[in-house]
Amino acid sequence: MSSGPPHVEAQRKPRRQEAKPVHRGLKRKHQEWLAACLFIAPDALGLFVFLVIPMVLALGLGFFDVSGFGGFAFVGLANYKTMFSDPLFLKSLRVTVIYVGVLVPSIFVVSLVLALLVKQKLPFMGVFRSMFFLPHVVSLVVIGFVWQFMLIDGRGVVNQVLGAVGIGGRSWLGTPNLALGTVLMVSIWFLMGYYMLIFLAGLQEIPQEYYDAAKVDGAGSWTRFWYITWPLLKPTSFFVLLVSTVIAVAGLQGFDLIYVMTKGGPANSTSLGIYYIYNQAFQYNNYGYAAAMASFLILVLLVATAVMFVLTRGGRFEDV
Amino acid sequence: MKTSDSTTLLRPTRLVLLFVTAGLALMTVFPLLWMASSAFKGPAEVYSVNPIPADPTLENFLYVFTEVPFLRYMLNTFFVASTVTVMGLFFHSMAGYALARLNFPGRDLLFFAIFSTLLVSLPVILVPLFVLVRELGMLNSYAGLIIPAIFNAFGIFLLRQFYLGMPKELEEAARIDGCGYWRVYWNVALPLSRPILAALAVLFFLANWNSFLWPLTVTADEDLWMVQLAIASFQGQYSAAWNYIMAAATVTALPTIVLFFIFQRQLVESFKTSGIK
Repeated sequence: MSSGPPHVEAQRKPRRQEAKPVHRGLKRKHQEWLAACLFIAPDALGLFVFLVIPMVLALGLGFFDVSGFGGFAFVGLANYKTMFSDPLFLKSLRVTVIYVGVLVPSIFVVSLVLALLVKQKLPFMGVFRSMFFLPHVVSLVVIGFVWQFMLIDGRGVVNQVLGAVGIGGRSWLGTPNLALGTVLMVSIWFLMGYYMLIFLAGLQEIPQEYYDAAKVDGAGSWTRFWYITWPLLKPTSFFVLLVSTVIAVAGLQGFDLIYVMTKGGPANSTSLGIYYIYNQAFQYNNYGYAAAMASFLILVLLVATAVMFVLTRGGRFEDV
Repeated sequence: MKTSDSTTLLRPTRLVLLFVTAGLALMTVFPLLWMASSAFKGPAEVYSVNPIPADPTLENFLYVFTEVPFLRYMLNTFFVASTVTVMGLFFHSMAGYALARLNFPGRDLLFFAIFSTLLVSLPVILVPLFVLVRELGMLNSYAGLIIPAIFNAFGIFLLRQFYLGMPKELEEAARIDGCGYWRVYWNVALPLSRPILAALAVLFFLANWNSFLWPLTVTADEDLWMVQLAIASFQGQYSAAWNYIMAAATVTALPTIVLFFIFQRQLVESFKTSGIK
């Protein structure tokens, strides 16, 4: 192909390389700037078009009435006014608050406990770790179906087993008071393995010497947890709190599981914010109204994140 | 010290811990085992509580592949997921490398801007993204399924963390040999990042194989359906035929579970390199 030096693999020069002689006149510093620009350009452009623009649109679209065929009409604050007098939106806010309020602390406790368990030097812990993580690799649609199947009124395996030990069967997904709890349980089961791994990575950063020294000083396991593990795990804990809050408010599980398992019912008791927004947009073609609600959700998310930063004094997460 | 570990192993508290963990782990995977077992049960047996089918049958799987174009949906999904993965890894490794290794004004600001997009999840921007993709004329096309799915800050972040920790000497040697920035990246940095690229490839592939909300939003045409969409459509059509649904669910979940078991070491490592400290 080309008669260059004998570095064969070095001949696979991509387009960018060909322009190089032109840059010879540039200072080395500027060459580096240009190279960095070209390296980052594809991702920066993509993120800008498919994330930043939609984000800005999400905030702007709420002021418009958008028809299903691409017409836009400015309606000012009408969508926002509708929002706060829409009982179903207010209901979905309440559902979201309960869902987030239960999910975030539960995920935190469950995944920390699992991480502490599988960190023990006992046989098979590697296998158990994989087993705890396994639900997380399976799709939410499949998971929604599997649980729905196991929870079928009367004939599902859960009710049959509970019946065998004398606990009366329940309609886990059909009772307004139970359905959200059931969805929460499935959400925790799906998410816990991921956060367990994050906690585990954090735990393994803590030097073993600290524990050995504390043992020599006669510290019990609770003391060791409270004075070594807990303070040194703070950055990880902050990360888990932050990410799980974002996931609880606007994670895919909040849509996929609801879509498959309950469709927001019974009596809107599982109608999470993001599910209601989806329905308004794609069932009723109220794109502008849906965008207005989404921008409200973004605002809630920003406030929640800011509050968490302040409460944990940044979690010292910033000096990555 | 090492030898004392094996004697303390059988202390009652540790034994209790072992059994508790084992019990919890079994409970965790039970629903997945139940799915697989039910996929082999006939319609008469599907509601029975037998953990192992009394009369195992392959009928359900046959049905899924013959009566429904399930293979087509799986191929669609494979195509979309692998394209997103390859393109994404290429772009993210370039960006991550530049953010970690090249000096330019505003680098930290740009990184912070990219990092903060991690807070933006698909459900929040779904409606405007849909409107945008519609305006770009990409509804109901592979482009509409693939292109918006490529860009996410998670991969850039993880790769940047990796490149930050990579020893500088090799790159310097290559630069002294007269390599330009592209060749240092392509011939030195990229081969060194193979382990993290493998882990990310699995993560991206899994995420796209499992994606449901975006395909549901952009594709109406059944020929473009991805596999999760196909299963979800089973709900309406075969509302009580749980043996078929469980067979389809098993077929869909199997590739992800197999991938996980093959690459679990790399996956766990990739979480560690994320440098959450």
